Amino acid sequence: MSGRVQGPVLILGASSDMARAVARGFAAKGCAIQLAARDPDRLADDKADLETRYGVAVSLHAVDALDIESHAGFVSGLPALPAIAVCAIGLMGDQDENEIDMTRAAQILRSNFEGPASLLAVLANAMEARGSGTLVGISSVAGERGRASNYVYGSAKAGFTAFLSGLRNRLAQKGVHVVTVLPGFVATRMTEGMDLPKKLVAEPAEVATAIVAAVEKSRNVIYVRRIWGLIMAIIKAIPEQIFKKTSI
Amino acid sequence: MTLRAGWGRFRPSETRVARARAQADVAAALAAGPLIARGNGRAYGDSAVSPGLTLEMRAMDRMLSFDAETGVLVAEAGVLLADIIGCFLPRGWFPWVTPGTRFVTLGGAIAADVHGKNHHIDGGFGSFVESVEVMGAGGRVTRAAPGDDLFGWTLGGMGLTGVILRAAIRLRPVATGWIVQDMRATQTLEATIDMMDATLSAPYSVAWLDCVTTGPMMGRGLVMLGRHAEVADLPPSQRGRPYETPNKPTLRLPFDLPAVALNPVTRHAFNALYYWNGRRKPGPRLVDWASYFYPLDAILDWNRGYGRAGFLQFQCALPQDSARAGLTALLGAIARSGEASALSVLKRFGAQDGRFSFPMAGYTLALDFPANDRSLKLMETLDQITLDHGGRFYLAKDARLPRAVLEASDDRVPAFRAMRAATGAAGRFISLQSERLGL
Ligand SMILES: Cc1cc2nc3c(=O)[nH]c(=O)nc-3n(C[C@H](O)[C@H](O)[C@H](O)COP(=O)(O)OP(=O)(O)OC[C@H]3O[C@@H](n4cnc5c(N)ncnc54)[C@H](O)[C@@H]3O)c2cc1C
Ligand SMILES: NC(=O)c1ccc[n+]([C@@H]2O[C@H](COP(=O)([O-])OP(=O)(O)OC[C@H]3O[C@@H](n4cnc5c(N)ncnc54)[C@H](OP(=O)(O)O)[C@@H]3O)[C@@H](O)[C@H]2O)c1
Repeated sequence: MSGRVQGPVLILGASSDMARAVARGFAAKGCAIQLAARDPDRLADDKADLETRYGVAVSLHAVDALDIESHAGFVSGLPALPAIAVCAIGLMGDQDENEIDMTRAAQILRSNFEGPASLLAVLANAMEARGSGTLVGISSVAGERGRASNYVYGSAKAGFTAFLSGLRNRLAQKGVHVVTVLPGFVATRMTEGMDLPKKLVAEPAEVATAIVAAVEKSRNVIYVRRIWGLIMAIIKAIPEQIFKKTSI
Repeated sequence: MTLRAGWGRFRPSETRVARARAQADVAAALAAGPLIARGNGRAYGDSAVSPGLTLEMRAMDRMLSFDAETGVLVAEAGVLLADIIGCFLPRGWFPWVTPGTRFVTLGGAIAADVHGKNHHIDGGFGSFVESVEVMGAGGRVTRAAPGDDLFGWTLGGMGLTGVILRAAIRLRPVATGWIVQDMRATQTLEATIDMMDATLSAPYSVAWLDCVTTGPMMGRGLVMLGRHAEVADLPPSQRGRPYETPNKPTLRLPFDLPAVALNPVTRHAFNALYYWNGRRKPGPRLVDWASYFYPLDAILDWNRGYGRAGFLQFQCALPQDSARAGLTALLGAIARSGEASALSVLKRFGAQDGRFSFPMAGYTLALDFPANDRSLKLMETLDQITLDHGGRFYLAKDARLPRAVLEASDDRVPAFRAMRAATGAAGRFISLQSERLGL
């Protein structure tokens, strides 16, 4: 499975900056697009944009990652089972709040792990039955090692990363490919106002280009920017004795 | 707080920055306090930096509809001309008016009412804007069309009437992605102007001037005329794919060059080289659209070439009657100062309506200088020469014009201020430039 991508492409969490860029990336290749978000009414202009720019067919769908019971119906209700599904759903929250408000912490854990995992599982089963498809999960480098500054979010992403790895393993012989995306910093609504090292921050379009290429080449795990592979290798190599005293 | 400056990177200022992704974000930002919209930051000075909030519009970049019958595109203000070309040139359309870089937003092109190399025939960007939707001081969105007050003030209004949310613009049908360019070298300033006056029927016209050489050769130059190529102009092998042009790699200047890199010596060499290069290849030849319209876009971030202190642009328009005398005086002052300008671009302007747009029938000269005290001093002299010849100044290039000079150059200023006061825009839409110039 490599070469030209074919749609339809389902985008979960389509209101996010990264998802918008990813939708454009696939639409530019001529793929039909299914945009799914909690409030699809807000996506009318995005639909018009994809149609105007690339002349592809675009449909809008409502999805809530936290409403697990609805996921099977959501997938069977799509106009067609997508060839490719990209999950950009995620929620970072505020670490200080996540430490003391357990309801909020649970929401973070569920929005980054349970919800996306459930959606991709339903899609995976349908794709497995069909014998083809590509699933793309946008996880995060934050899941590579728990850090004081965002371990609630990070631990959920760690779970999601492991889930994607297992799914890939399970479906490798079934014609279904799974791509794990571990972006470093990306300039989106999620990171707006944060004081990040400028040189390490990618634009959403850069992530999108990397994702389309990863799907075309059936890559397994991508960091978007290679430097993050190196940074995370170093961070993971620090012995716990030392790591626990740092503030990275 | 973040440091922001214009393209010239001259005197960056601390400002709060937010990104608008949809109309609701603009409304929320506006409710919280004064702001200025920022497009892609290609204006050279401080027009897109606010002492309050600098509201970045790039993420509002949705194209909403296109009518292939009329060529009318409706899009959000943050769309880049580069994206419009990318989507529509393969379908046979090109912007009617484009500045010398394609990395400007629709909002920025409207707010500065930018001009291209065809102003003498087609007018400015505004001539092809069918309507704009502007969020005014009270947060209300108004759609305005040519003839409406709001439309007139918004074109060239430098973001000071409100935030442009969306616009409808007409595109131009083109048969190919190529330009037939005719480059002619001239020996004197007089000859350059004569040549431009004699070639008014050329759809595109621009001249590069040698601003280093003194004496009779001062103002010698290269007049570059152009027109969109027809399919028959292409070599037979390319006629089947008329919109395909070579995909040239872009380079990026990854760090600031030391300020000395563009010192008078290198600029002298640059000028001479350019001149002889032009002499070698006279007559018409095919040039791809990107090389013709956007030679500087081939090097991303080229503005770092002037070092940390940044650089300044000077651009004035001179009325037809006094243009010759004015240009001679401007080049004379530059030659005497020893401050050669690396890029000196001369264009023809045709008639212009618009309440606050920059062009006027005549000529426009654009120059850039490294930011330093000598350049600032020279620019004061150039200001005075411009005033003496009835000219005015381009706010999209300006980073340092004194208020009194603007007032002396443009009798439209009082009406612009009155409009700002009456609509409430004065207290709501504020840039460092509007404060400096008392707009
Ligand atoms: C290499 C180069 C060549 C150029 N050549 C030309 C040329 O040939 N002709 C020409 O006319 N200009 C030229 N320019 C200038 C450029 O076209 C203008 O400065 C243009 O306004 C830049 O657009 P921007 O999107 O980058 O806007 P910015 O620089 O971000 O903003 C410019 C102005 O537009 C306002 N603005 C931006 N978006 C909005 C919005 N949504 N609503 C309200 N106001 C808004 C800002 O407040 C500001 O006053 C050139 C610039 C460069 C760097
Ligand atoms: N930005 C970064 O630096 C960065 C780095 C690494 C990984 N990531 C990951 O990249 C992905 C995209 O994020 P982003 O940066 O583009 O930020 P974003 O704009 O905040 O995107 C998050 C998206 O998740 C959606 N979402 C949240 N909870 C949901 C739920 N219960 N049901 C359905 N949708 C839900 C949001 O939808 P609403 O619009 O309805 O809220 C939004 O579209 C996320 O998974 C994020 O964790 C981001």
